[in-house]
Amino acid sequence: MRVTVTCLLLVTVSLISATAAQTASTQADFDTAFAAAQAAEKEAGALKNQWLPTEQALSAAKKAAAGGDFDTAIDQAKQAEALARASIAQAKEQDTAWKAGIIR
Amino acid sequence: MRAAHLISFAMFALVFAAPARAADTVDPSAEFKAFRDYFTQKFPNVPLNDFVNGPYSMDADLRKQWEAIDDFPPYDFAVDRGKEMFATAFKNGKTYGDCFDNKGIGVRQNYPYFDTNSGEVITLELALNRCREANGEVAYSYVKDEMASLTAYMAFTSRGKPFDIKIPNDPRALAAYQNGEKYFYTRRGQLNFSCASCHVQNPGNHIRTEVLAPALGILAAMPIYRSEWGGMGTISRRFVTCNSQVRGVPLQPQDEDYRDVEYYLSYMSNGLPIAGPGARP
Repeated sequence: MRVTVTCLLLVTVSLISATAAQTASTQADFDTAFAAAQAAEKEAGALKNQWLPTEQALSAAKKAAAGGDFDTAIDQAKQAEALARASIAQAKEQDTAWKAGIIR
Repeated sequence: MRAAHLISFAMFALVFAAPARAADTVDPSAEFKAFRDYFTQKFPNVPLNDFVNGPYSMDADLRKQWEAIDDFPPYDFAVDRGKEMFATAFKNGKTYGDCFDNKGIGVRQNYPYFDTNSGEVITLELALNRCREANGEVAYSYVKDEMASLTAYMAFTSRGKPFDIKIPNDPRALAAYQNGEKYFYTRRGQLNFSCASCHVQNPGNHIRTEVLAPALGILAAMPIYRSEWGGMGTISRRFVTCNSQVRGVPLQPQDEDYRDVEYYLSYMSNGLPIAGPGARP
């Protein structure tokens, strides 16, 4: 019985902590996430391989941050960074893989 | 002793480097033949010159609709407007005709070409805007009606003339050809499509309601009136739209990559007749 109560208490504390961490997003957290996304997108741009959804996620992040919704803004910035990194990986892979498609 | 080792190493490197270089050797004439054979073997019932009609060469029902539409071609207004624009003098008294061979009549089949002076591919759209700028006029947008009208008229005066794209004996020309080829076969965008995904691997198949056109002869009917657009579109507009459709950020119209892919595709269509302007669903 005592073990069960302790477990329940631990779960509750964990949930409260997680919620507190989520609501604690700040402008500074957003700035960090957004800068990382922008840097990745810039790298994709240098490879001439940016994706439209990345641009859309960056815009959504900016808009959410401007409205003070930093949780959404950070989610969008992280999404943008992930998309940009996928486009970079695609460009690097295709730099040589394109030759496999040539009609010979 | 050390010198002997170095020589051995150099020979070793040469032996193994040679096959890699050979694999990278580009032979446009061999690739041209393979490209044409691929499409003619894939579609043995399509006459060679009919490939320039894009989706209409692939789908009988679509062809019937097109033939009915072509009684009153939707691009006629663009041809008329282009003709008028072409004949109207710039402020300095010169005209477009002064910038082109044969006064710009019946020359579409020679574009794009590789300019050995500037070391770049010159498309018809680029040549028209350079003509304007050289005569003190502002360049037109590459994706709007003015450019579509001018190129529609020039294509119209060239109908039936076979594509005659040359690759001069200049390593930069070969590099432009290969860059265009690379662009054509490179997958891009979130959908991970290359130009070839649609126009080599799937011509004749549907993508939603559209019948995909074969890459062979695909630029011969440009510019086109597209029902989907409700208006005329240039080659630049087509490339930009293709990139967007695979969820990629398009390049700037007339970016070097776009000009090079136009060079590559036009070379692959050598001998096929100019059929522009065209109409597409």
